[in-house]
Amino acid sequence: MKNRSHSLSGVHLKNAIEATDLRKSYGTVNALDGIDLSVEEGKILGVLGPNGAGKTTLVKILTTLTRPDSGRCIVAGYDVVAQARQVREKIGLTGQATAVQEELTGAENLEIMARLYHMPKRTAKSRALELLDRFDLLDAKDRAAKTYSGGMKRRLDLAASLVGSPSVLFLDEPTTGLDPRARIGMWKVIENLVGGGTTLLLTTQYLDEADELADEIIVFDKGKIIAKGTSDELKRSVGGDVLNVQVAEEEDLAEVSRVLETLASTSANVSNEELIVRIGVGSRGSSALAEALRELDRLEISVADISIRRPSLDDVFLQLTGHSTAEGPGTSSSKRTKLKRGEANES
Amino acid sequence: MRASPISEAVNDAIVIAKRDLLVWLRVPAFIFFSIIQPVMFVLLFRYVFGGAINVPNPGGYVDFLMPGIIAQSAAFASFGTAIGLAKEIQLGVVDRFRSMPMARSAVINGRLLADTLRIAITTVVILLVGFLVGFRFHDSIVQAIAMVALAIVFGVVITIVSAYCGIALKNEESVQSFGLVWLFPLTFVSSAFVPVQSMPGWMQAFANNQPVTIVVDAMRNLALGAPSGHDLLLSTAWLIGIAAVFAPLAVRSFSKIS
Ligand SMILES: Nc1ncnc2c1ncn2[C@@H]1O[C@H](COP(=O)(O)OP(=O)(O)O)[C@@H](O)[C@H]1O
Ligand SMILES: [Mg+2]
Repeated sequence: MKNRSHSLSGVHLKNAIEATDLRKSYGTVNALDGIDLSVEEGKILGVLGPNGAGKTTLVKILTTLTRPDSGRCIVAGYDVVAQARQVREKIGLTGQATAVQEELTGAENLEIMARLYHMPKRTAKSRALELLDRFDLLDAKDRAAKTYSGGMKRRLDLAASLVGSPSVLFLDEPTTGLDPRARIGMWKVIENLVGGGTTLLLTTQYLDEADELADEIIVFDKGKIIAKGTSDELKRSVGGDVLNVQVAEEEDLAEVSRVLETLASTSANVSNEELIVRIGVGSRGSSALAEALRELDRLEISVADISIRRPSLDDVFLQLTGHSTAEGPGTSSSKRTKLKRGEANES
Repeated sequence: MRASPISEAVNDAIVIAKRDLLVWLRVPAFIFFSIIQPVMFVLLFRYVFGGAINVPNPGGYVDFLMPGIIAQSAAFASFGTAIGLAKEIQLGVVDRFRSMPMARSAVINGRLLADTLRIAITTVVILLVGFLVGFRFHDSIVQAIAMVALAIVFGVVITIVSAYCGIALKNEESVQSFGLVWLFPLTFVSSAFVPVQSMPGWMQAFANNQPVTIVVDAMRNLALGAPSGHDLLLSTAWLIGIAAVFAPLAVRSFSKIS
């Protein structure tokens, strides 16, 4: 209840989203099982979790589409249940599916949205043009949306959620289903959005996406928050960088592990099948990599592959739940990884 | 700044209706289903089946057929409603509308408004084609207008039932197949295309007592200049009854989406 004072105080940083002990179940499924979260104005919160974790349910409650069974949420200073109408004046939603009218043109889609925000005709037209321009769709404005590429449709969809100039924006898996190029394009668009002081809650199954976009991340699993923090904080909780050296000849393994151990002053982990030596190097990944290269070169040991692996959010998830899997062993931090729930926990 | 809830509901419904009509105009298949197909039906029944169907009324089969085919087309137009609503729910368009500061009722009301107009257009087109192939009203303009009005009201009531199906099923394919399951028997096992007396006895029992026959009979009596008071009363009762059951059902399942 004391949260109410936030909308009055101008001194502290205000929270644009505040949820307290949010619960929602469908039959026996606890889609949300006691969620507490807050997002400061102008920040991006990434909600990261595998399919079925409860991300969409959270978004639906915060955007007044679904009522929580219990708990309380304040969005933009208003209660989502008791003051739903006021909340709707302040928010924008881009849901998991692309909600554009395919038969209509980009311009028509946005004009209709503007008319539904009760703008006069002329204002609606200029608002549509302004957004089309901003989302790089001006050239395609008079084409039916069904002729748009996946990325263009998604941008139009995003533009539609901005017609009402929301102060809090919700994006539910904004890049799911997009090809890598369109995905990066979408990231840029999203990054630019927040410049204007918009608060953003974004859900994703992609670790690199949360890493890239979010100021703060909460990790969701089975309706519960299992971790929260900045991407760096989460990574730090699983330990530092790991240096991997793959040799060409098995007989070099011992020598390489001796070199690396001197370098890092910890013990190395040797895999005879893969011909790989792994060693933890704390937070000094790049310099350790350079030193190792120099030393191995001096000893004329032929190296098949050398890489530094920064802990990914994937590792965080694995560590926290013990049941999620990445797409395979040895994923580098740049590889695109998607959370999946382990087979054994499916039931 | 904020308009009254009623003027907002009206404004928003009109915006949605305009949008639905615009979509309708853009999709050739929709035009086909609401204009070309009914016209083909008129020609098919008038010239292919008509010769084999004996009817008791003056003016012959074409005058028997037209009220029936108008009612059938109005009922079939409701497919578009159900499919459109289901698709919009699936696509999250409805979710977006529901997250906006607009009248939630507009999504349904706007569509009904657009559909009323569509049904009216279809009805006029069918009537024009009917005139070309020999159809005539046997009574005054008042009865003619009453018949058209009854057809449109009937179409809208069926559209409410379809809207409920679309909202409840939320899936384009199921809506399509389920629509066939109830719309086909209701429209074809009725007096729309053939006299009920030509059907087997057990089927007559159903055909004589179902709303499509009752409405079509009322329309036909209006067109042929026969006494229509009783049928009109019965039709009105049926249509009000159906709307009274399905409109709240549709609204309720709409408010329970997601
Ligand atoms: N309308 C619903 N009816 C029944 N179960 C639902 C409904 N919506 C979500 N669920 C269930 O709640 C859980 C969380 O779903 P959701 O919030 O959609 O997860 P996510 O968006 O993270 O994939 C899932 O187990 C899902 O099956
Ligand atoms: Mg989801």
